[in-house]
Amino acid sequence: MAKNKEINTEEVTPDGSRAINKFRASDVLIMIVLTLLCLTCVLPFIYLAAKSISSNNAVLAKQVYLIPKDITFDAYVSLFKDGSMVRAMGYSVIVTAIFTALGMIACTCAAYPLSKKRLKGKKVFTFLLMVPMYFTAGLIPSYLLYKDMNLLDNMWVLIWPLIYSPYNMLIMKTYLQSTIPDSLEESAFLDGASNLQILWHIVLPLSKPIIATLSLFYAVGRWNAYADNQYYIRSDSLKMVQYKLYQMVASATEAQTTTLSEAAAVTSTPEVLQAASIMFVTIPIIIIYPFLQKYFVKGAMVGAVKG
Amino acid sequence: MAKSKTSEPAVKVKTTWKNAFKRDWQLYLLLLVPLALVFLFSYAAYPGLRMVFMNYKPAKGYAGSEWVGLDIFRKIFKDADFLRALRNSLVFNFLDLIVGTPIPIFLALLLNELRYPKFKKVSQTVLYLPHFLSWAIIGSVAYQLFRPSSGLINILITNMGGESVPFITEKWHWAVTYLLVGVWQTMGWGTIMYLAGITSISGELYEAAMIDGAGRWKRMWHITLPGIKPTIITLLIINLGRVMNSNYERLAVFGNSQVRDFQYQLAIYIYEKGLGNLQFSMATAVGLFQSVIGVILVLLADKFAKMLGEEGLL
Repeated sequence: MAKNKEINTEEVTPDGSRAINKFRASDVLIMIVLTLLCLTCVLPFIYLAAKSISSNNAVLAKQVYLIPKDITFDAYVSLFKDGSMVRAMGYSVIVTAIFTALGMIACTCAAYPLSKKRLKGKKVFTFLLMVPMYFTAGLIPSYLLYKDMNLLDNMWVLIWPLIYSPYNMLIMKTYLQSTIPDSLEESAFLDGASNLQILWHIVLPLSKPIIATLSLFYAVGRWNAYADNQYYIRSDSLKMVQYKLYQMVASATEAQTTTLSEAAAVTSTPEVLQAASIMFVTIPIIIIYPFLQKYFVKGAMVGAVKG
Repeated sequence: MAKSKTSEPAVKVKTTWKNAFKRDWQLYLLLLVPLALVFLFSYAAYPGLRMVFMNYKPAKGYAGSEWVGLDIFRKIFKDADFLRALRNSLVFNFLDLIVGTPIPIFLALLLNELRYPKFKKVSQTVLYLPHFLSWAIIGSVAYQLFRPSSGLINILITNMGGESVPFITEKWHWAVTYLLVGVWQTMGWGTIMYLAGITSISGELYEAAMIDGAGRWKRMWHITLPGIKPTIITLLIINLGRVMNSNYERLAVFGNSQVRDFQYQLAIYIYEKGLGNLQFSMATAVGLFQSVIGVILVLLADKFAKMLGEEGLL
């Protein structure tokens, strides 16, 4: 295809040789623009990685750019010795795992029945299950509700309110309606299989791709969100790692911008330790990211098709 | 079971609830799970909204607080903080839309023109990355890069003899930084819908254009761009419907006392007035105002999309 294009333009353009050159120039131009944009996504992390394994003195002397200086892993050692970030990470993993498992159950329980055209009352149920996506009571009424439910300052407040997601339900419903042929279920039905048996033995095995995608939606969503930690959680031990990172930045920002003295910021959290903490929280995502990405793109496509 | 078979093909005939339940009781049982969840955690909070007509005191609860009619709304529309938060939310969300819409389109066009599949794949993977990072990570990275004097960019500027730029500590600079980081976070992921739109454009159009001597830029302008026009319009409408939303995490992580003039938006107002100052009624009224306008905008967006012949959003 690419070659065809070149040949064609060569033929039709009066000034053949120049056209080819122009084409190459535009290719190069496109690649330069894309490379620059990619660098904005990569370089910040290389800089932080370099900083996190440099000595504090080299960093304070502003000698570290993209290559570490006086390599030392002290910051990571003290991160692990201090333990609070590591504990928070473990806690985040647990919360995310529970959240994802329960979320998939809730999602399937909603999407499978609603994917059936014959279901009586389908419209009413769909409406009831979609309204919360467009209209929420807001922060304070929710806060008071969770307070009445004894959920404040409780790990489960990070889980229960969010495990049913109308958006994910729509994606799953759309997927089920478009990929599982009705005839398959009908024949199972004729053989006397019940709805639950059909779900378990036929529908779910055929839905593995969407289950993987939605599990990742759930997991990444929970892993990255932290505002609810601030709203509903008081105890330090119940806060997720993203919130800890946020607290660190917020205090460093305030220290620097209110006093405008670098010394204050440096004493709040040492530079290198800050960089190491950011890397510590970022690395898990970057490791599983290439795997994530593939499924996410698929999910975004299914989601684009209206339910 | 046997009965259900006979009733199935006859779609027009109304199944009675009794028959439907007999046939599909397991499905209704499954539905109980999500229904219980939305009732317990979403709908159960709705009655709490009545506090917008009360002068709610946390110590007295709903029963002990007095009803004040529309006083709370009168109060918030005179509240300078609220008006500032509303102005900032609208201005910054519109700016997000204006800056954030063309760039993914432009990127999608570039990616589409790229002839080396490997290069394309790698750059897509890299450009999608920010979408998967939390605002805590993005904010702390931005802080490392943009803060005064010891941020990387300012170190580079001063090394080259320039003067340190207050990217995050002066409100106008902050506004630009805030918007550009937002664009940076969404630009890669935003291309997905457009790229999907581009693949559905017929190849014959391109061939015909090539035979007529249209160069690469002309084809981009006259074929690809009009080809994804429906996608552009739909996404634009969806995003217009969200113009009242504000992202607390993004605002909080970019906040500092020097830039409050601009950073103070509705999400910050609700959090600080509500959980900070315990002005529960005011915070809830502002939240309700935001939700109601949001719902109206979504409904309008849906109508509008249908009017233009696009598929609706609802």
